[in-house]
Amino acid sequence: MRFVFSPPAGEATGLLTLPWTEPLEGWKDERLVEIRQRGISRHVVRFVSDNGVLYALKSISERLARREYRLLRFLAGLGIPAVEVVGVAVDLGPDADAILVTKFLPFATTYRAVFSSPRGGGPPTDKLLDALVELLVRLHLSGFFWGDCSLSNALFRYDAGTLEAYLVDAETSEQHPELTFGQRHYDVELAVERVYGELLDLQAGNLLPADVDPLEVAGELQRRYERLWDELTREEIIPPDEQRFRIAERLHRLNELGFDAEEVELIAAPEGNRLRVRTRVAESGHHSRELFLRTGLDVSENQARRLLNDIASFRAYLEQKDRRPVSEIVAANRWLAEVYDPVVAAIPEDLRGRLAPAEIFHEILEHRWYMSERAGRDVGTAAAARSYFERVLPQVPESLDTAAGSE
Amino acid sequence: MAAITLDKVTKRYPDGTEAVHAASLDIADGEFIVFVGPSGSGKSTLLNMVAGLEDITDGELRINGKVVNLLSPKERDIAMVFQTYALYPHMTVRQNMAFPLKIAHLHQDEIDRRVKEAAELLEITEQLDRKPANLSGGQRQRVAMGRAIVRNPQAFLMDEPLSNLDAKLRVQMRTMISRLQQRLKVTTIYVTHDQTEAMTLGDRIMVLRLGVVQQVGSPQELYDYPVNLFVAGFIGSPSMNFMPGQLADGMLKWPLEDMPLPAETMRRLEQEKVPRDVIVGIRPEDFEDAALVDGAKRERGATITVKPDVLESLGSEVFAYFPVPKPRAAQMDELQRVAAEVGAGDAPGSESTFVARLSPATTAQEGATFSLWLDTHKIHLFDAQTGKALGR
Repeated sequence: MRFVFSPPAGEATGLLTLPWTEPLEGWKDERLVEIRQRGISRHVVRFVSDNGVLYALKSISERLARREYRLLRFLAGLGIPAVEVVGVAVDLGPDADAILVTKFLPFATTYRAVFSSPRGGGPPTDKLLDALVELLVRLHLSGFFWGDCSLSNALFRYDAGTLEAYLVDAETSEQHPELTFGQRHYDVELAVERVYGELLDLQAGNLLPADVDPLEVAGELQRRYERLWDELTREEIIPPDEQRFRIAERLHRLNELGFDAEEVELIAAPEGNRLRVRTRVAESGHHSRELFLRTGLDVSENQARRLLNDIASFRAYLEQKDRRPVSEIVAANRWLAEVYDPVVAAIPEDLRGRLAPAEIFHEILEHRWYMSERAGRDVGTAAAARSYFERVLPQVPESLDTAAGSE
Repeated sequence: MAAITLDKVTKRYPDGTEAVHAASLDIADGEFIVFVGPSGSGKSTLLNMVAGLEDITDGELRINGKVVNLLSPKERDIAMVFQTYALYPHMTVRQNMAFPLKIAHLHQDEIDRRVKEAAELLEITEQLDRKPANLSGGQRQRVAMGRAIVRNPQAFLMDEPLSNLDAKLRVQMRTMISRLQQRLKVTTIYVTHDQTEAMTLGDRIMVLRLGVVQQVGSPQELYDYPVNLFVAGFIGSPSMNFMPGQLADGMLKWPLEDMPLPAETMRRLEQEKVPRDVIVGIRPEDFEDAALVDGAKRERGATITVKPDVLESLGSEVFAYFPVPKPRAAQMDELQRVAAEVGAGDAPGSESTFVARLSPATTAQEGATFSLWLDTHKIHLFDAQTGKALGR
């Protein structure tokens, strides 16, 4: 047996004592756990919890395992949302498949769990589609052909009420310098068919809300993909006198969509200047980076947007209270110390791990808004947090990785 | 159904790299053609150009006489058969096969008809109302195949569709694909790196190396008459044994034992004015334990003395591995290149070990010399400089 892994993955060395030379399907080990509401998998996939970390182990041919290992590392290098690959175990015996080891994404949820316990406002299908489409577009912008885009092959994390998708399965994927129209078209076609199949399957199992039409949702995936792709890649002719305004407008729109421009190119043309924008594919968006620079908090894009808004409100409150200007950086630091950290520290021990701290903070802000509306006055964050911990958070299902139970 | 023509189809990337160089081929309506070659040979790129997933840099691709270079994959009406399909656990086999047709907005009667036909073909009619959990591995694969069949495309394109199945299922599905293709008569292009798959499936095989078509022919043609060292080494399992030699005075002089070549071989070689330095190729199955070869047959060949260091008995046959004198390094360059490309670098028969496939009745013993007969009519000769076959 050989276990190939990319350092640092010190904690993964604990996995070496697993019964690798037995077929994965028949493993018996106290570290094996079950994940409820998993997606559909073609291969034997089992989960192991070792030293507080949850790993997904997939039995697959060595050629495909090595390829997937390489592709997942490539995606990690680009900063595209995907599960973290730990290593690949090979030479497990005559005719035995290899085993690919990835880390289960903390605070992740599956599409089936999203349908069974929807969070935030709006239909879950909208959030799932937006997240999946955004991921597919990021992959396509980087020249990555997924080959099996589906709800089962992604994990999702809540991001200020919306969802963010992470690629889980890359066994049929290919990396190219750039994708052709045909490759993108085909990848979307596959995604439409698979999402349709997955929703029909939920319907057949009485797990899909009655108002969701699988065919309509599948068709919507294609439409949303085309809209987003067009927004991000279209070239436009702009008259020279509108140049500055139109470029700023385009870049602002990109930021709104959670993307950043890597490069802006203006090409002189008889009818004006042709604007071409190359989009950065990495997951960390404009707001996420801005929040990180100000507070050191590493959160998702929409969570960052929400927290930045709260920092802005807090700054206005400070300026009003102190009757003097407060710099952005001072406001951000005081907000962290006086608002965010105390709320996070107050999360009851037994409810920690149900949602990411930034998501809990976002939900407390939502809760505060509803409470304040009912009360006809601002109830404040501390009171909202107390109420949220008492009434809302206990209703949130445990996250799939913490809920993983021993077999 | 579709006749597909590749007319000098070329794929060149912006940096100038040619993944496929001027590939030409007429694929007849209903034909099963296999693109085979090692990694980097351009076989998948060529398939992707047919599918519309890769742009064609030069040349023309025609389906039923119509140029389709610029058509999208959907407009070409050809189905890429996916490596594996997920089966949905809450849906019945019938629903699992039918749902792609619903996206295509086909009428329910037509959907029912196609599913019924496909199920009959795949012999899963009785399972139509079962859930996937109640199916065997082979039945699940057949349902997945059914999902492709019900689309009724003009052609099937398959890129290593069996590569992630276990060995037993792979053999089952190979037979199933072959039988289906014979019944459906849908033009099929199948890509594989596995020469056994290619030989067992294809009406014809196109062998590619480094983006260049090496040879197109029936499996038997490729086996009997490989046009060059590469095809000779790639087709056949175990691989052909190779050894540098010289032709002089009607004799083959090589590190084993000098031997006369058959008169008709010499005649053909003389007509071609072949060079003196050659590479000799002989397939493992063209050897036999001399003690088991009767007089008349024995006359067709030559006998050498060898000492096998490993004997592998498979019941129906015995593989004898015996060392042969290592040739001079310069003569081995092309051989080593070919061995590396066909993935036989470490395999017996590629360098200083020959392998012979013998009858299970052989009395050969490991470490003991014995007389080995070889059929000199089956010897292959290649130009030592160019690798091209001689005396064909």
